[in-house]
Amino acid sequence: MARNTLLERVWAEHTIDGTGGELVYVDMHLLHELTSPQAFEGLREAGRKVRRPDLTVATADHDVPTRSRQVPLSDSIGRRQLGLQIRNSREFGVELHPMNSLGQGIVHVIGPQMGLTLPGMLIVCGDSHTATHGAFGAVAFGIGTSQVEHVLATQTLRIAKPKSMRVLVEGTPSAEATAKDIALAVIRAIGTDGGTGHLIEFQGDVIDRMSMEGRMTLCNMAIEAGARSGMIAPDETTFAYLEGRERAPRGEDWERAKEAWAAYRSAPDAEFDREVVVDVDGLRAMVTWGINPGQAVPVDGRVPDPETMADPVSREAGRRALDYMGLRAGQSLADIPIRTVFIGSCTNGRMDDLRAAAKVVEGHKVAAEVTALVVPGSERIKRQAEAEGLDRVFTEAGFEWRNPGCSMCIAVNGDRVPAGTHSASTSNRNFEGRQGPGARTHLVSPETAAATALLGRLAGSAEIS
Amino acid sequence: MLKVEVIHGRGVPLDASDVDTDQIIPAVWMKRVERTGFQDGLFQKWRRDPEFVLNRPERAGATVLVSGPNFGCGSSREHAPWALRDFGFKAVIAPSFADIFRNNLPNVGLVPVTLDAAATRKVMDAVTADATAEVTVDLLRATVTCEAAGVVAEPFFLDEGARYRLTRGLDLIDLAAEAEEAIGRHEASRPFWMPRTNGQVEDVFEDSGVEVA
Ligand code: SF4
Repeated sequence: MARNTLLERVWAEHTIDGTGGELVYVDMHLLHELTSPQAFEGLREAGRKVRRPDLTVATADHDVPTRSRQVPLSDSIGRRQLGLQIRNSREFGVELHPMNSLGQGIVHVIGPQMGLTLPGMLIVCGDSHTATHGAFGAVAFGIGTSQVEHVLATQTLRIAKPKSMRVLVEGTPSAEATAKDIALAVIRAIGTDGGTGHLIEFQGDVIDRMSMEGRMTLCNMAIEAGARSGMIAPDETTFAYLEGRERAPRGEDWERAKEAWAAYRSAPDAEFDREVVVDVDGLRAMVTWGINPGQAVPVDGRVPDPETMADPVSREAGRRALDYMGLRAGQSLADIPIRTVFIGSCTNGRMDDLRAAAKVVEGHKVAAEVTALVVPGSERIKRQAEAEGLDRVFTEAGFEWRNPGCSMCIAVNGDRVPAGTHSASTSNRNFEGRQGPGARTHLVSPETAAATALLGRLAGSAEIS
Repeated sequence: MLKVEVIHGRGVPLDASDVDTDQIIPAVWMKRVERTGFQDGLFQKWRRDPEFVLNRPERAGATVLVSGPNFGCGSSREHAPWALRDFGFKAVIAPSFADIFRNNLPNVGLVPVTLDAAATRKVMDAVTADATAEVTVDLLRATVTCEAAGVVAEPFFLDEGARYRLTRGLDLIDLAAEAEEAIGRHEASRPFWMPRTNGQVEDVFEDSGVEVA
C-alpha cells in the first residue's frame, strides 16, 4: 500500500465522503470538440446544467484546419462539430477559445499557458494526454465521454484511485537527448503496459534539471506506458514558469500559494506500490521503428529482429510492426526514406520545442522530397515564435508554417501523411493509421525531426553542422 | 442503464497484444456528434479484409471478445466502447486492459474481464478452434466459464465500483446527487489559489466560417 506519496496527498485532498466508492472533486475540467458533444447532449436530454462553468474551459483543437483560417467547405462534419461546440458553450456558459481566437490552441498547451494548471489540482479532460498537466504536480488524467457528462453535471468523478508508481530516472543522457528521448526510453524500459493501473511520479536528477516544457513532454507520454498519468513534484522551475501567468495567483496570493505548493511532494520515506529505476546514462536521440511507442531504438540504430525477442508477445507485436511499416529486420533506420516531417502536438508543440527545432534548421534547406510542417501548439505560441523570427527560419528552409491545432498528430482535420509513406513526427502515437490511413510514423524529438527534414532520412541533430 | 449480471454468448478471438483505440475505431469517427451508430467504425480498417474474424458469417451474433494484453491502449475516446457496444459485444476478456479504457467500458454497460494470461490463452484457443464455443461471464461471482476451453468458474478481476454499478444498473449522476451535501462542503473548503474560468466565448480575430447551429 502506498503511503505519503504526492499522489496520495492530492487524491486525499479531493476525496469527498459520499455514498460508497470514491467520489473525487475536479478543480478544472478541460473540454475539446471531439469528446464533449455527446456529453452536452446528455445534459440537455436530462435537463441538467453545468454545475461549475467557472471550473470548466473549452478549446477547438482537433478539427481545426491549419492551412487556411477558413474552415474548408469540404469538411462539413468538422464545421458542424465546431459550430456545435460554440452553441454548447454559449448555452451552458462555458469559457471557450474557438478557432481564430487569441487564446485558442491544443487543450493541453493552453491550460498551462493560461496558468489554469497549478500544483495540487485535480484536472480531467476527455483526452488521454491530460497527463501533460501532471508536470506541475497536479493529478491529471483522461476520461471518457460518460465521465465528461458526469463532471459537467456534478464537478465530481467516481473513480478508483490509481496505484502509485515511482519511476526514478538516473544517469546523464548525452547532449542530444531531449525530454522526448527520455520519454521513449522510459516507455521502452517499462513497456507499453508497464504503468497499467498506476500513476507515475517521475523523480531523479534528470527530472530536477529538466525544463518545465520538457517535464510536460515527459508526463504527456506517461500514458503511452499504460499509466493513468504522470506527475512531477513542483519546484522552483515550476514556480518560475507559472509566475505572472494570466490565471495564476498574483501579489500576496502568489507568495502564499507558493508556500502551500511547496508541500506537494512525496515524503522522503514515501512508499510506492511500485518502483522502477530507468537508467538513461549516455542516452542518444531515439526513434520508434514500429507501431507502438515502446518500439524505439537510437536514431543511428537498426530495425530489431523480432525473431530474436524472448517474449512471445513482443515477438508477435514486432512481426506485426515490420509488416505494417514495410521494414526488414536489421535494416538501418537511416535507409528509410522520410517523406513527411511534422513538428507540433501537445507533446512537442511548445515554444522551447520550436526554438530547438529552428536552431537545427537555421541556414539549411529541407530535402527536396520532404514535406515538412510546423504547427504551433497555440495561437499565442505562434505569435511569440513570429515575434522571435522563427517562422522565417522555418519558411526560408522550406517548412510550411501553419496555424495552431492537433493537425497531423491525429489527422482528423485534413492534415495527413500519405498512405504507405514514412513520417518523422514529434507527436506521441505511432499506431497504425494514426497519422492517416496507411501512414508509417516514426516518433522523434523536435531536434531529430528538424535534422530529418533537412536530410530526408532519420538523423539526429548532431549530423547537422 | 440495464443491470448486467451474467453474460452468456459465443466468443470471438482477436489474438493480438496492444489493440489500440485507433484500431478499435479510427479517429475520424470522433467527428460524429451522435451517441449511437458506431458499429460500422469498429475495427474498420481490419474489416476491409473479408477474412477478418468479425467478417466471418459463423461469428455473427457473438458477444464476447477475447484479446491479448494491454487491450484498449491509446486514446480515451469512449467511441471505442460505443463501437463495441453498438456492434453487439457485451464483454471483453483480456489478460490486461489499458487503464482509461478499462474505466470507460462499464460506463456504457460493457464488462472488462481481466483474466489471468494462461486462462485467457485457453479461452482464446477454444474460441479460435470452434466458433460455437460459448463463454459465460458471471459478474455476481466474478468468474468466467468456457467449457470448451476447460475453464470453469475461473475468477476474474473487475474493480468493485464497476461491479457495483453494473450489477445494479445505476446512473452515476444520480448517485452523485446523493452526495450533494458532501460536495457542497468540499467546495466551501477549496484553497484560495484555485483558478477560475470566465464563462465567455472568446471573440475571433477572423471569421472562421463556422456556422453556429
Ligand atoms: S495534439 Fe494529439 S495527442 Fe495532443 S490533444 Fe491533440 S490529438 Fe491528442
